Amino acid sequence: MYTQAMDIPDGQPAALKPVPKDINAAEAELQKRFDARIDADGRIEPQDWMPEAYRKTLVRQISQHAHSEIVGMLPEGNWISRAPSLKRKAILIAKVQDEGGHGLYLYSAAETLGTSRDQMFDALHTGKAKYSSIFNYPTLNWADVGVIGWLVDGAAIMNQIPLCRCSYGPYARAMVRVCKEESFHQRQGYESLLQMMKGTQAQKDMVQDAVNRWWWKCLAMFGPPDADSPNSAQGMRWGIKRLTNDELRQKFVDATVPQAQVLGVTLPDPELKWNEERGHWDFGAIDWDEFWNTVNGNGPCNKERLATRVKAWNDGAWLRDGALAHEAKQRARTMKEAA
Amino acid sequence: MDAAIAAPSAAQDRSKPASAPSGGSAPHAVGSVGANYLLHLADNALVLGQRNAEWCGHGPILEEDIAMANISLDLVGQARLLYQEAARRIGGEATEDTLAYFRDAPEFRNYTLLELPHRVGLVGYAQSDIDYSVTLVRNFLYGSLMVMVWDALQRSSDEALAAIAAKSLKEAKYHLRHASDWMVRLGDGSEESHARMQAALDHLMPYTQEFWATSELESQAVATGAAVDVPSLRTAWDALVNEVLAEATLKRPALPAGYITQGKSGIHSEHLSYLLGEMQGLARAHPGAQW
Amino acid sequence: MSNTAPALKEWPLWEVFIRSKQGLEHKHCGSLHAADARQALQMARDVYTRRQEGVSIWVVPSAQITASEPDDKAEFFEPMGDKIYRHPTFYEIPDEVGHM
Repeated sequence: MYTQAMDIPDGQPAALKPVPKDINAAEAELQKRFDARIDADGRIEPQDWMPEAYRKTLVRQISQHAHSEIVGMLPEGNWISRAPSLKRKAILIAKVQDEGGHGLYLYSAAETLGTSRDQMFDALHTGKAKYSSIFNYPTLNWADVGVIGWLVDGAAIMNQIPLCRCSYGPYARAMVRVCKEESFHQRQGYESLLQMMKGTQAQKDMVQDAVNRWWWKCLAMFGPPDADSPNSAQGMRWGIKRLTNDELRQKFVDATVPQAQVLGVTLPDPELKWNEERGHWDFGAIDWDEFWNTVNGNGPCNKERLATRVKAWNDGAWLRDGALAHEAKQRARTMKEAA
Repeated sequence: MDAAIAAPSAAQDRSKPASAPSGGSAPHAVGSVGANYLLHLADNALVLGQRNAEWCGHGPILEEDIAMANISLDLVGQARLLYQEAARRIGGEATEDTLAYFRDAPEFRNYTLLELPHRVGLVGYAQSDIDYSVTLVRNFLYGSLMVMVWDALQRSSDEALAAIAAKSLKEAKYHLRHASDWMVRLGDGSEESHARMQAALDHLMPYTQEFWATSELESQAVATGAAVDVPSLRTAWDALVNEVLAEATLKRPALPAGYITQGKSGIHSEHLSYLLGEMQGLARAHPGAQW
Repeated sequence: MSNTAPALKEWPLWEVFIRSKQGLEHKHCGSLHAADARQALQMARDVYTRRQEGVSIWVVPSAQITASEPDDKAEFFEPMGDKIYRHPTFYEIPDEVGHM
């Protein structure tokens, strides 16, 4: 899900230059070995030689994945204080905490590629780096929390499981950790919706309203259609991307429609229909104009989300600096004692 | 000092909320506390858990965001166990959620210290930024107490309470370590971090006087033999706090004679009703609904 | 404080190694930023073990780990020397810098 970012230009030139003919033999040999390892589904580790384009692409993808986790804490965090039962409050705090943890694993993986946490935050805060655009939409009622668990996390899992086999070792290992925790979240979200759909009319209306607002946004999460995604091919060549946007999107629809039927909600797509010939669900057209407007910064919550992250960072400077000051004092004392 | 506790007779009604009659709806077993005492412990945990969770997504660094969410989760977990046990003793239709969501501010039994917003003193509806220094100092002052309280309660003759205490003690030790480390790191850190921590300490210390004030709720609980007499912990608490403050190069403020808060008796600050309004509003809009 | 270089304002990076309750050895599970060792340990417990009991945690400043070179010799192209990976903050900080 978060790899939609790969297909979205972020103001930097695409790092996909063809290999120039006049490289020297050593680099050619290293490239050959790198390609062979990728072809054999092997792993690339932090100390291994890698093409600069591969490294740059990974830094962008992994850091934007990490940013998505952190920004994703906000739409759900919005309902922690108002959760309607203690059990749901606890589940939601745990989920938001996990998302923070996932962000941390991913920043950690990105840092093995020569970038630093501060550099990555700077890119996010200045708008150079993106995060998954799904988090630019507001959570307007309690059922949104369950729907995010069911649909948004569901879509994320679909994308993340193949990444567990990604060619870059630290990223793959981070994704294994993430996937273990994420399926838990999807189940809890779905379960809370099931509970509401067995409840009062007001609760059922809440769920249907949330589904109406989130369904199409979740379909768009998989990124533009394959025909409009030039970077996908290189990503697949490098073992970073395993399935195309359209393949993932179809997989998601096929898995989710029966789940919606069990819930008893109506998916807001009059063209949704089982296609016996294809063996898949047909679905209607996504509004890509709305998608791009939001990705480009003009969705309902973009400015608020980013400003909130910038504020948290700025407001926290005194604490981060204070901790460093203390550590410096401690080091000075230790040295004095040793002298 | 105790003059603040001598309240008009109206307060007696508040100490006996309709949904939690004093001592439980049935005479409780010898050597076990009544529901009211459990509610005091539960309300402490829930109100502080609610406050700490306000930092989710806004922490000063990602690692702290995770740590504070963890602490908040522990507190909500403690609250749940305590409310569930209280509900059992109250009987009838009481559940953890009816107790958490359908009692009004005067029925809450938490220390006022815990309901305060994360900022230095302003009235209930003033707008201002939240400050992590207030969060850390508050967690330190309360955490220092609770490690001692849970330690004593794990030996309580009230078996259910003792079990909850044993689990909570492990968590409380962790919370205290987290808060103490930060007291030292930031108290003995930069000029700015020191100033903020000192300001937070000056603001919050007066609220700790409530720990030592007597209340009907606690007297009844102590009389059962199953609860801890909190004033008896004062010397140890002072020693622990003073030790950390010294290492943190923070000055313990002198406390002049004056108002001592009465949250545990149901007389709160202006802040609790805002906190409860936000926490309870959705649940109350759908009474009887299952979530 | 305002004289320190930007990179020095970042909390140092620590690598985390965990031995699970039934485990035989410490396994590397990732990294985190912390201002000091005590904090690094606490954070590692929170983030990488979810506070399970009976686990053993090692935290090591990333810059202090020495690594062997991979078999593919990369000495013609920006060798990392003996570091576990390239990171902007993995360089020697003179002791004078960072003092109050």
